[in-house]
Amino acid sequence: MTDASENTGPMLAADGTPLKQSLARSLRRQKLRALMLVAPLLLFVMFSFIVPIASMLFRSVENSIVQETLPLTVEALQNWDESSGELPDEAVYDAFVRDMVVAVDNKTHTRLGSRLNYEETGMSSMFRRSGRKMGKLDPETDGPFKDQVIEIHDGWGEPKTWAVIKTHSPAVTNGYFLNAVDMRRTPEGAQAQPEDKQILIKLFGRTLFMSLVITASCILLAYPVSYLLATLPMRVSNLLMILVLLPFWTSLLVRTSAWKVMLQQQGVINETLVWLGLVADDARLVIINNQFGTIIAMTHILLPFMILPMYSVMQTIPESYTRAAKSMGATNWTTFWRIYFPQSIPGIGAGSILVFILAIGYYITPEIVGGTKGVFISNRIAYHISSSLNWGLAAALGTILLAVVLLLYWVYDKIVGIDNVKLG
Amino acid sequence: MKPTKTMLTAAVLATAAGGVSAEEMTIVSWGGAYSKSQLKAYHEPYSEKTGVTILNDDSSAEAVAKLRAMNEAGNITWDVVDVVAADAIRLCDEGLAMEIDPDTMLAPAPDGTSAADDFGDLLVSDCFIPQIVYSTTFGYRTDLVGDTPPTDICAVFDLEAYPGKRSLEKRPINNMEWALLCDGVAKEDVYDVLATPEGQEQALAKLDTIKDSVVWWSAGADTPQLLADGEVVMGSTYNGRLFSVIEEQKQPVAMLWDAQVFDLDGWIIPAGLSDERKARALDYIMFATDTQRLADQAKYISYGPARASSAPLVGQHAELGIDMAPHMPTDPENAKNTFLYNYEFWADYRDDIDAKFQAWLAQ
Amino acid sequence: MTETKNDAAFVEFQRVQKSYDGENLVVKDLNLAMPKGEFLTMLGPSGSGKTTCLMMLAGFETATHGEILLDGRPINNIPPHKRGIGMVFQNYALFPHMTVAENLSFPLEVRKLGKSEREAKVQRALDMVQMGAFGGRRPAQLSGGQQQRIALARALVFEPELVLMDEPLGALDKQLREHMQFEITRLAHELGITTVYVTHDQTEALTMSDRVAVFDDGRIQQLAPPDQLYEEPENSFVAQFIGENNTLEGTVKSIDGDACLIALDDGSEIDAVPINVSQPGERTKVSIRPERVEFNKDRLHADAHTLKATVKEFIYMGDVFRFRMSVAGNDEFIVKTRNAPDAVRLKPGQEIEIGWLAKDCRALDA
Ligand SMILES: Nc1ncnc2c1ncn2[C@@H]1O[C@H](COP(=O)(O)OP(=O)(O)OP(=O)(O)O)[C@@H](O)[C@H]1O
Ligand SMILES: [Mg+2]
Repeated sequence: MTDASENTGPMLAADGTPLKQSLARSLRRQKLRALMLVAPLLLFVMFSFIVPIASMLFRSVENSIVQETLPLTVEALQNWDESSGELPDEAVYDAFVRDMVVAVDNKTHTRLGSRLNYEETGMSSMFRRSGRKMGKLDPETDGPFKDQVIEIHDGWGEPKTWAVIKTHSPAVTNGYFLNAVDMRRTPEGAQAQPEDKQILIKLFGRTLFMSLVITASCILLAYPVSYLLATLPMRVSNLLMILVLLPFWTSLLVRTSAWKVMLQQQGVINETLVWLGLVADDARLVIINNQFGTIIAMTHILLPFMILPMYSVMQTIPESYTRAAKSMGATNWTTFWRIYFPQSIPGIGAGSILVFILAIGYYITPEIVGGTKGVFISNRIAYHISSSLNWGLAAALGTILLAVVLLLYWVYDKIVGIDNVKLG
Repeated sequence: MKPTKTMLTAAVLATAAGGVSAEEMTIVSWGGAYSKSQLKAYHEPYSEKTGVTILNDDSSAEAVAKLRAMNEAGNITWDVVDVVAADAIRLCDEGLAMEIDPDTMLAPAPDGTSAADDFGDLLVSDCFIPQIVYSTTFGYRTDLVGDTPPTDICAVFDLEAYPGKRSLEKRPINNMEWALLCDGVAKEDVYDVLATPEGQEQALAKLDTIKDSVVWWSAGADTPQLLADGEVVMGSTYNGRLFSVIEEQKQPVAMLWDAQVFDLDGWIIPAGLSDERKARALDYIMFATDTQRLADQAKYISYGPARASSAPLVGQHAELGIDMAPHMPTDPENAKNTFLYNYEFWADYRDDIDAKFQAWLAQ
Repeated sequence: MTETKNDAAFVEFQRVQKSYDGENLVVKDLNLAMPKGEFLTMLGPSGSGKTTCLMMLAGFETATHGEILLDGRPINNIPPHKRGIGMVFQNYALFPHMTVAENLSFPLEVRKLGKSEREAKVQRALDMVQMGAFGGRRPAQLSGGQQQRIALARALVFEPELVLMDEPLGALDKQLREHMQFEITRLAHELGITTVYVTHDQTEALTMSDRVAVFDDGRIQQLAPPDQLYEEPENSFVAQFIGENNTLEGTVKSIDGDACLIALDDGSEIDAVPINVSQPGERTKVSIRPERVEFNKDRLHADAHTLKATVKEFIYMGDVFRFRMSVAGNDEFIVKTRNAPDAVRLKPGQEIEIGWLAKDCRALDA
């Protein structure tokens, strides 16, 4: 009887606690220990990966500078109708002077000028030039200000100026994203950029297209090389492997510059062709400073990233498979196509993802050998990071690029299946 | 006795070493021959005088972005940074560079002229201490231009007289001005015209006539290399780079001084340094931008000193032994027709015109 | 032993030699002729050249010297895929990216068979190995024994006349192994297939084969049906390698036709059949199987030579008793007796006399 009643209750561990509970406890301890072991890695990934991406996302929509620098003006502008075509009233100018006095004191007005200059050319110098004089005004005693301010810079007498400030006053903006797809934020809502400034969508398209071409040419070149590496005797293949890895020991810049020496008009290839008489001296091939140059140089630079995963997958394909196929009557080609190739696909998949994602983010090589037609979206991101300091736009472009990569990854998973990716 | 003494010496040495390492400053510049000229003319004498160890960082090309990132991270590791004037203006606008009072922070000329007067117009920003005047100008291959070497900037746009490739910088600045000049716009009207969309279109249309013959460069070393390789007939770059191609490497290249665009390069001190570091940076600036020091730099590189009072002191090249004055962009012989870069214009129009320029390039 | 040209042979190796590196011969002078339908096993220690022989036959290695004939035609220059030989590999080599049915259908597809015909044959082959319900699975979803059966079915599905199997049962546990041994021999005989089977498990070789070729050092040491191999080893390597064996060393004292007298090293004398000895004075190793040793004097000839033996150990094994004894200086001398109702259980330390029929004792090479 007692046995039966015990069996109906919860199972107990040796010390009398319910079994489930003690199991959970011991599992928790295990998990905790595992977590402690990976904690350094987790922290590293956090700080080197997740935090930057999060901050990029944040930056691509963040726009608090207008509100922070001109809090009173932004509030006063709420009552102004920008579609009226009239200038705002004295209240706005009064608020503006109060804001500017503080801003000039903190030297933040020029920053705001730089920010608004991305939207409306000329704002930068307007703020810089007006700063000194406006800083000297006393908001309490010197009013009314409307005429004084317009006197300081006639830009303040343009309704457009105030419309720009009002349009870009929200702390969270879609303006950068609009800019990133060749549009802009206007008082009338989102509009296309003027045609002569539309470039980014074109560059996105080109970046994707070129990366695909580079990936494809990497596959074509890497496949036979990896096959050789995987099938040749150890001694020879080790030597070959060193040749494959050799480029990693030279800097990217050196390798790219070497291509310049190879491909330019007076370069090695053209000289050789002219010397051989294959090309006339006055009709030398244009193989650099265009897309072709970019594709060649980047294919070369990214080739090891295709070869290594391919090689490590091919290495695991035992010879007995091909032998079995042949013993069953398959020709060499059938054996390759039906047996060897399908098993090497995971290597192609892994290599392709690697090369494509690397290619999409390259900018040094396109900058050096790409001329005007071979540059990538990353070159524009680099420009906005280091030259124009328009980090918001750079972040929006980066975010879109990230989204495109994730989307492609998803498509890839749907078509090929991510399980079919193997690094070895 | 003995061990104690040794230990004592060691302790003293350690403190001394610690003291020395505290007396360190990081100076950022462009690297290459330019940094070398600064090392010889400024850093070495300054270290000798004060015992401060100077660490060099060749990051000037990314200085603006890096300073902004440092500022956001709240950890500024640079003490003095060499930047072009346009970047100095930008840094000043962004509040990333400290404002300088020329009267109290810079040395007066030997004859007592105040620093403000000695630098004159070249103080283009409140944060900027000018160091050199350089120019962006053209060099051409003497062996590829036939019997009539170019003397006019518009040779760049003349594909008939000077067939072949030319190299231009992959940005609108300077190129747009030259295009307008050669399209009949008067020198004094260039920026007014360029401020209008029609003017921008006009400049791009002019550039369009040579677009297929242009190799676009993005690093200062590109044009000298392209000229040396015979890849281009002519190309724009900084005059100091051309000097070294012509005089040091003895390549068949000559200067085309017409419509050279003057620009400035100089120092800024990052905003937000600790008092101690700020004082040291200011001390260095006071030393390195005095009349003699600026004149000394010209011994090593063909850029003109930014102080009026330095010009008469410019001597001979330290290694080549040639007179440097005729190689200065400021030399009256070279400066017959110069073009003054408008900082304010470009600070306003840079992003707008750059977008149009890039769109035009990609067409 | 050297077989000259044999017109009836289906598979024939003629003076075949093989070297991989140009320095060492892995296969030295291999001669072998197999009639159609024979189940022949290559048995030998690791590295003796068995796989190499198989690969030469299949066409994945070329013979350095000599000729291989298939059905009377030299095949040295026929590429592997035209040889029509079914193969079962040691690791099965089932294509992992294909289902079981696709694996089986592959050889039929390359032979351009129609779809319905393919399906019928695949199903028949699967049923044959009792795997009819597994056609839709991937190899990775099968157990080792199941994979083995699929590999077998795949090698047979295109009805080759010759099937090569390289240690196909190496990875299986004992029970499955025995079951598969039975399956393979059954199928081979039912379908009348000529089979070359490689193993280094001698029990497997003995139970399955029509004939066994014992390999060592790149040569066939003996080629004979299992019983002959066991009972009449032709040299001391085969005697040692096949089954349990007792060896005594000595010198030939006299030879008389198919009987000889051997003086063992401790001075005692025994009778033996001269196999590899031809004249008195030669050194020899005498081989006696443990189960042929008698210690019941009644069962021996009256004039049979006997030897003194000291029992060292008694091992009870259920169906048999095993005794380790010290005989003529050999402490590892084994004697086996059946656990019959009248069987004697000797005790360690007991001293007895042992003997055997002269025909069971073979004087081999030293
Ligand atoms: N591809 C090769 N290159 C060089 N030597 C080889 C090669 N394959 C086999 N050998 C050598 O040839 C000899 C015979 O090898 P083989 O594989 O035929 O032996 P095996 O009898 O099948 O042995 P096991 O029972 O271990 O499979 C071995 O010494 C081996 O080292
Ligand atoms: Mg083997």
